[in-house]
Formats: sequence, structure tokens, C-alpha cells
Amino acid sequence: MEWDWNFVWQIMPTLIDGLKITILATVFGAALAAVIGLIFAILRMTAPKPIAKATGFVVEFIRGTPLLVQLYFIFYVLPDIGIRLPALLAGVIGLGLHYGTYAAEVYRAGIENVPRGQWEAAKATNLTGQQTWIHVILPQAIPPMIPALANYLIAMFKETPLLSAITVLELMNQAKSVANSSYRYIEPMTLVGVFFLVMSLISVVFLRWLEERYARVEER
Amino acid sequence: MTDWSGYIGLILQGALVTLQLTVMGSALAVVMAFLAGLGRVSRFMAVRALATTYIEFFRGTSIFVQLFWVYFVLPFAGVTLSPLQAGVLALGLNVGAYGAEVVRGAVKAIGREQREACIALNLTRGQAMRHVILPQALPLMLPTFGNNAIELLKGTAVVSLISLTDMTFQAQVVRAQTGNTLIPFAVILVLYFLMALAISHGMRWLERRVTRGLDGVRT
Repeated sequence: MEWDWNFVWQIMPTLIDGLKITILATVFGAALAAVIGLIFAILRMTAPKPIAKATGFVVEFIRGTPLLVQLYFIFYVLPDIGIRLPALLAGVIGLGLHYGTYAAEVYRAGIENVPRGQWEAAKATNLTGQQTWIHVILPQAIPPMIPALANYLIAMFKETPLLSAITVLELMNQAKSVANSSYRYIEPMTLVGVFFLVMSLISVVFLRWLEERYARVEER
Repeated sequence: MTDWSGYIGLILQGALVTLQLTVMGSALAVVMAFLAGLGRVSRFMAVRALATTYIEFFRGTSIFVQLFWVYFVLPFAGVTLSPLQAGVLALGLNVGAYGAEVVRGAVKAIGREQREACIALNLTRGQAMRHVILPQALPLMLPTFGNNAIELLKGTAVVSLISLTDMTFQAQVVRAQTGNTLIPFAVILVLYFLMALAISHGMRWLERRVTRGLDGVRT
């Protein structure tokens, strides 16, 4: 089978439509993950011990099971108890929940890596709890988190094709339907690969820049 | 009342396929990780370039896309693989690329003085790597390898989409036949979690094993 450029141009608009959904799912999934991660991290660090332990278990459980199965769970099991979600929303919730657990670990590590001396110094200078967090702890904890979070953002972007399994019409699903109706797999599948490669190469450059920029802040 | 014993058998069969995929995929991943990871610190430009290309390509595209590419596009190039072969190949190559960066990082993390000592003792590069660098680098790699193995386990669920009868696929079959969604998916979630736990415990045991005799050497 030969590579056919005409076919490539013909399917391009469909693939771009899919790409839009992919990006939409990534952006909303990431926003949700950032919030859910914060909730998990706070629960795990400040809640009473039984709740903290339970949260730890939930985080471990979500991290130890495949995203695909979680998506099936959200999309197929929840309707049984009356929660019927549109496919894209189910996908975003799945992504947010799964990567929220990763974000939680990043937050936790970031905060725990602030030296004890900083807490003690804040106490010694009679800062209130709020002042300690806003002026002392968070400004030191957040910069090292940024590259790690960006890393997971890229990972999540690459996992969005899984949403095609729950009928979301994202890039992969569009490519599959084009391939199935035309019996040509080479062009759509290769183009999907190229799209992902280009986007993640760009994001790797961005990530290196972030790492350099925030590593510098840390050194001061 | 549905007869569950048959369906449990089905899911256990799937679990076996998942295990098989994880073990074979991990084996390929370890081989690729060391080949590419050591390739990246090679003396030869061509080897370095080849290893970098492999790593960037497989880390840059989605496992999903790679799997579909291996399964649907390679046949047009005359290479037809069974779903199991395609799954092992895609998972192994994908996770191997992540592992390669771990190998490189760990090898680079071994201090200069160790390399200088090797030169002073007139060891060849191969001897230095085998007897001095790698034994010290291995404990640094293991925790991340453990995480990668769990990622691979989770990745195996994706192969159900190329019609391989793994645990996720069988759960879908059970769902289609019984109309019950909660039980099959809850069961496989628990099974996946148990496998992930087994991997992390196994890695911790291995870690204790390879650090034996290294106390006081590592800082």
C-alpha cells in the first residue's frame, strides 16, 4: 500500500476536529487533576489519622489500576446507580481523578521538601499560620513542583486516546473511524502518531525551559 | 441468578494473559532500557544518536498510538503479529524507552572518583561498567523500575482494544453476557491493584537484595 497525499489532505479536517477534543479533554482533565490533587494532598497531610490513611489507600488504589478500567467504570457502572454522564465528561473525570493522585504526590513532596527550619523560623518571627503558608512555605514549595506537574500534563495528554474506548470522538477515534470506512490505516494512524510526536516534542522543549527557569529560583 | 463460576474462570484466564503480558513486556523493557540507556552514554556518536531517537520517539508518542500502529500498520509492511506479540512489542518498547532514561540517570549519578579509580586500576571500559559502575547504579534504578513495571501493568489494559483477551477484555465479555457492570469491573480493579501491590513488594525485596554489601558505599 502506497502513501497517498491526497487522502492525507482529505482526512485532515476530520483529524483536526478530533485534535480539538483531545486538547479540550487535556485542559479540563488537567484543571480537575490540579484541584483533586490538592484535596487529596490536604486530606493526607492534615486530616485526622484514619481519614488520612483512607485517603492514602484511595490514592494508591487509583494509581495501581489502569486508567482504561477506571474509564469503563465511570462510563458503564455509574449509570447503574443513576449517574449518567456524557462520554466527554466521564473522560475528563477519569483523567482528572487518575492524574489527581499523581498531582497529590507532587504537592506533598513539594511541601515536605521545605526544610523544617523554615517552619521554625516562621514561628520564631511570630508569623500567623496564613502568613507562614503564603509568604514562607508556598513560595519555596511551588517552583520545584512546576516541572513535575508539567511532566504529568504531558503524560496525560498522551493518555487521552484511551477516551476513544468510551466513545469520545477525540483524535484517535476520528482516525479509527476514517480508517475503518476507507480501509486505509497507514495515513490516519501515522498522522495521529505525528501529531502526538510534534506536540510532545514541543512540550519537551517547554518542559526543559520550565526546569531551567525554576531550578534557578530554587538556588537563590 | 447468574452462574458466576464460569465467569470467574473467564476473568482468571484474562488475569493470566495480563500477567503474561506484564512479565514478557517487562523482560523486553529491561533489555531495551539497558541497550538504549547505555547507548546514550556510548563513545560513538552514531550509537548515541540511535538511542536518543528511539527514546524520544517512544516517549513522545502515546502507547495507544504505538500499539495501533504495530497492530494495524505493520501488516501493510509485511509484518503480521498476533495481538499478544504486538502487545508485548509495543509495551516493551514503550516502557523500555522510559527505563532507558532511568539507566542513563543512574549511571551518570555514579561519582567521578569511581571512574577515575577504574582508570587508575587500568580496567577496560567494559570491565569498569560491569564490575564497578553498574553494581552501584542498579540500586538507584530499582525504585523507578518498580514504578515503570506498574505503569506497564496498567498499560496492558490497553491491549484489550486490539482484541487480546486480557483481564479488561474478559470483563467486557462478562458485562456483555450478564448485563452486570459493577461486579466484573470491581473485580478486575481489585485484581489489578493486587498485582500492582505484588510488584511494589517484589521490587522492595529486590532492592534489599542488591544493596546487600553496599552499606557505607552509597552516600
